[in-house]
Amino acid sequence: MSKTYFKPEDLKKFGKIGDFGAPDLAKKFFEYYGEVFKEGALTEREKSLIALAVAHTVQCPYCIDAYAVDCLQKGADEDMMSEAVHVAAAIKSGATLVNSVMMINKAQEISM
Amino acid sequence: MATSTKSLKAQGNQLADTLIQLKVLNGKELVDAKFPLFAEKLSDIGLKPLKPTGIDIFQINMGKMCNQVCAHCHVDAGPDRKEIMTRETLERCLEILAETDIKTVDLTGGAPEMNPNFFWFVEEVSKLGKHIIDRCNLTIILANKKYHILPEFLAKHKVEVVSSLPYYNAKKTDSQRGDGVFEKSIKALQMLNEVGYGKDNPDLQLNLVYNPSGAFLPGNQASLEADFKRQLKRKYDIVFNNLFAITNLPISRFLDYLLESGNYEGYMQQLVEAFNPIAAHNVMCRNTISIGWDGYLYDCDFNQMLELKVAAKGQHINDFNVDELVNRNIILNQHCYGCTAGAGSSCGGEVV
Repeated sequence: MSKTYFKPEDLKKFGKIGDFGAPDLAKKFFEYYGEVFKEGALTEREKSLIALAVAHTVQCPYCIDAYAVDCLQKGADEDMMSEAVHVAAAIKSGATLVNSVMMINKAQEISM
Repeated sequence: MATSTKSLKAQGNQLADTLIQLKVLNGKELVDAKFPLFAEKLSDIGLKPLKPTGIDIFQINMGKMCNQVCAHCHVDAGPDRKEIMTRETLERCLEILAETDIKTVDLTGGAPEMNPNFFWFVEEVSKLGKHIIDRCNLTIILANKKYHILPEFLAKHKVEVVSSLPYYNAKKTDSQRGDGVFEKSIKALQMLNEVGYGKDNPDLQLNLVYNPSGAFLPGNQASLEADFKRQLKRKYDIVFNNLFAITNLPISRFLDYLLESGNYEGYMQQLVEAFNPIAAHNVMCRNTISIGWDGYLYDCDFNQMLELKVAAKGQHINDFNVDELVNRNIILNQHCYGCTAGAGSSCGGEVV
């Protein structure tokens, strides 16, 4: 085992996880993954920006690496990418704060 | 990316020496990164030796002088470059064009319009009935009063205009092409639209070139084109015909950027991994001949900038021999990965 958990070069090994085990599941996953990111009702760039935002919320360094490059390749600029991450940040902080309603309810319930 | 006001040559940068560039690309200088040989890749798919399919495009580098100093320029062009094609060489080009059935004359530079014989040469090529392409950097139209007539002049001779615009905002465009370039480019595009370019008239084609502002590959050409069309129309009421997505090749100033920014190895790896055999079959050097400012002949503009002359006895325009040239072996090196990555890349954009 290496002394660090995350190594940038490991990203390139992602497509080969099926070589280790469960090849049929890996194959199905990558087929699905490929289909998801094809142009549909959303453009490829919109999907890439969503992926970038989600990558930040799940704090996946591999995904952030991959989708920062992918967004640029698909013609996104710095403002688009930053706004996408702010959307993720707003939802994440909002999700924390909206739960304060439960705190308020409980506090009010037991307070005089 | 950040622009300089001087060419690599004027800076005394060692990469101005094409032998150093070739050594870098082969892991023998500055870096020790080695990649599979491009020639072997072609061998693996039965495409070596790479042979021409003909000569459809006669691409002339009219000189390395330019009013811009773009950060990615493979020509290392700029105001400090004095190499300009002479009238004598241009006359020889005209003789060849008159004698052959080559259909397209592609004028490039530097800024080709800065060659003092540009207007005369376009008129003469136009008389021969050839299709002419002017690779116009846009800002030249506004650079000096004598160039303000360019839109009308080019329209009169039905010259196809191909112009670089790396993005539809100033930040990305100026970081690659220099401060203030975006604003002037927009004004120039509006002037071209005013004389009818980019609209319904098929004789007045206005095509834009997108190339990435950094160490990454271009995305899908059709998607980028749709995006550029929507944004340029919405923001500036500009229309154009096609967008060509071009990959930056790892030579000259872009190679310097890759090395300075620590992106060289990763970028080369991207190019190698994206090798597309279908793109390899359609590379532009198979139907193009590239003429340097001094009359020497090359397989493409990139081989020209690496001083890799055609593998033929007649290597100069004075010894131009069509039969020999269409049977030559095209010179390959590691930079060729740039034309075969993904959907491929040529002076006309994707090739698959």
